[in-house]
Amino acid sequence: MVKLLTGNALLRGDVLWWDGTGWSLSIADAVALEPAEGAAILGREAVGERISDLALIDAEAVDGRFRPVKIRERIRGFGPTVRPDLAVDEQDWR
Amino acid sequence: MAEVFAIDGRAVVSAELDVVIGPDEDVRGHAGLGNYRVIGIDFPKWRDGRGYSSARILREMGFAGDIRAIGDLTVDQLIFLKRSGFSSVAAERPLNPAVAQAALARFPFVYQRAADSGVPAWALRHPVGAEAAE
Amino acid sequence: MYQYDDIDQAVVDARVAEYRDQLERRLSGALDEDHFKPLRLKNGLYLQLHAYMLRVAIPYGTLSGRQLRMLGHVARQYDRGYGHFTTRQNIQYNWIRLEESADLLADLASVEMHAIQTSGNCIRNISSDQYAGAAADEVDDPRPWAELLRQWSSFHPEFSYLPRKFKIAVIASETDRAAMKLHDIGLQLVHRKGEIGFRVYVGGGMGRTPIIAPMIRDFLPTGDFLSYCEAILRVYNRYGRRDNIYKARIKILVHDLGASEFARQVEEEHAHVKTLGLDAPEAEIARIRDFFAPPAFEAGLCETLDRGDPDFALWVDRQVAAHKAPGYRIVNISLKPVGKIPGDASADQMDVIADLAERYAFDEIRVTHAQNLVLPHVKASDLQAVWEALDAAGLADANLDLATDIIACPGMDYCTLANARSIPVAQTLAALLAPREAELGELKIKVSGCINGCGHHHAGHIGILGVDRKGNENYQLLLGGSGAEDTSLAKILGPGFDEAGIVVAVEKVTSAYLAQRAEGERFLDTYRRLGAAPFKAAVYGETVNG
Repeated sequence: MVKLLTGNALLRGDVLWWDGTGWSLSIADAVALEPAEGAAILGREAVGERISDLALIDAEAVDGRFRPVKIRERIRGFGPTVRPDLAVDEQDWR
Repeated sequence: MAEVFAIDGRAVVSAELDVVIGPDEDVRGHAGLGNYRVIGIDFPKWRDGRGYSSARILREMGFAGDIRAIGDLTVDQLIFLKRSGFSSVAAERPLNPAVAQAALARFPFVYQRAADSGVPAWALRHPVGAEAAE
Repeated sequence: MYQYDDIDQAVVDARVAEYRDQLERRLSGALDEDHFKPLRLKNGLYLQLHAYMLRVAIPYGTLSGRQLRMLGHVARQYDRGYGHFTTRQNIQYNWIRLEESADLLADLASVEMHAIQTSGNCIRNISSDQYAGAAADEVDDPRPWAELLRQWSSFHPEFSYLPRKFKIAVIASETDRAAMKLHDIGLQLVHRKGEIGFRVYVGGGMGRTPIIAPMIRDFLPTGDFLSYCEAILRVYNRYGRRDNIYKARIKILVHDLGASEFARQVEEEHAHVKTLGLDAPEAEIARIRDFFAPPAFEAGLCETLDRGDPDFALWVDRQVAAHKAPGYRIVNISLKPVGKIPGDASADQMDVIADLAERYAFDEIRVTHAQNLVLPHVKASDLQAVWEALDAAGLADANLDLATDIIACPGMDYCTLANARSIPVAQTLAALLAPREAELGELKIKVSGCINGCGHHHAGHIGILGVDRKGNENYQLLLGGSGAEDTSLAKILGPGFDEAGIVVAVEKVTSAYLAQRAEGERFLDTYRRLGAAPFKAAVYGETVNG
């Protein structure tokens, strides 16, 4: 189990994933973080409040990328399951 | 003492509070309020809107002194405070007077009669029938 | 319908300016998120699963063609080409950008629309009967009273920081098309000895603690309308619980005090506030009522329809309701085509409906709490043309109140509060039940993705509640609810199911109904007659499953 750091962009509301150096729109770019490391980055990014709802979420490594443990977070990383045309990720959220 | 922002002429900015009424206190059950110059009504959390009812009831009871809102308040509550009968505000984080004045002047009309002198829209629309119908 | 005067326009314009100022202060850092969030919520802007969601108010579910066209424009300009009509007669957009939100509100204000108080612990959109002004059974049009309440509740200084949200519904007939008794305040316009007044219900709701509102006043004269509501809200604001958000609605207060003690407190407060000049004068009521005068219905119109086309005939039978004016009909537009998302409409579809309203329906559209739309005043002789246009736009499904006319909240596909997805369940069920829809008859299925119950599952003949069971989506099956005048709360049948299982369970329920119904019985009637036992047996078998 690892942690991914996620949030929503203040201005546009887009779901964002910490990719190691900055924020990506794609969950495929998310990097695994140790809890302490993640907390430190979260604390730093929280200053200035440009990213909303910052959270460290649990994820598992699956086929070379990271899959959130919670269904809600997987849907968040994929897009509404009922509108695959609006999907932001090509991987199946399931 | 927190900075006091005066909403209207009833504010006694330099005076300390004679009493502080908490959100769960019944102003109607409070004896002797008529003797006070400045009644404080506490807003420990901005979300808790019981103080608006308390202030309005105090005005309905005829209190003409300074009713001061204290606590977790920002300029965004000002117009509601004013219309509920508050005459001053002492917020935990001091209000910027210019921003506060702009907030108070923001809405040119009000829809309902409250504890201030605001004339409800329906009274402006029907100036002859400005009193209640019945 | 109501039209803004200079006062109304100035108010929404000021609100846009206020919000723009608050947004700038947030973006510049002068206002922190903790203080900005409640302000954006007061303008209906939530941060949801994928993006910001904006809930636009459609007061008592009534709008004009021009306004609907603007909603389509908003969908194209600011969103991804569609909107979702809600169970409170509002519309939601799922992909709004905060940085554009003030411009969006300004666009809405240009057509007398807004998102004021569509969220937050304040008085929300006043809902009403979608057939208002068209139904033969109404005492009077309820909407002038809804408009009076809308204005009274807008920026009410004493009631902007309530313990919780507050929902009011106004109807004017014994037939309840607005689930009136499941609101915080339900008002029914009635006649008594030649006078009109209100029957007042307080303390209904769904969610964690579903309760049918008790009546607290059997006749409220119209002259006391606003002051009495003021008294109710003041008692609630002062004594509603603030220690626990799940116990903060007025229904808990009414339940804890008991209806008669609550009514007594309201009467006591009313005796006091009645003297304060809170009630609008008769002249204002007349002014507002004038906007809701019946349109210029023509006389001597042809009533006969050419039912030659079987699809048209079926649509007429299911979607078209009787109108109080001879020669006219009420047209229901289904936003529940099988395979699509319940309650969603594309910008193009909104334009089609706006055109039809202007051309054929005295420029009026209604939104129903079942997430469908209505053209309230259509000539019988125009029905064919209307149907053809709707059909071309994918809006002519003939399923009103049938098994595929499912209410579903956005659920976990969109909403951060949800524990399970609701739309896929609704879609699978609709596909499954479509072939038997005619046979099943009236069957109101309602799906909520969490206990907050925005899908109104407690008011469903068949209700489905999504829950989180050890990290997996799980669904509870409830039976026997109704949001109509025979109001009842659906009850859980037994242990829950996974996504595949709930669909099978519903199918078993419908089969059991078909097997045991008496002549003319709807599912709800059969359930009420037989109780849960036969359905339990059908779903779970004679032995209880773990």
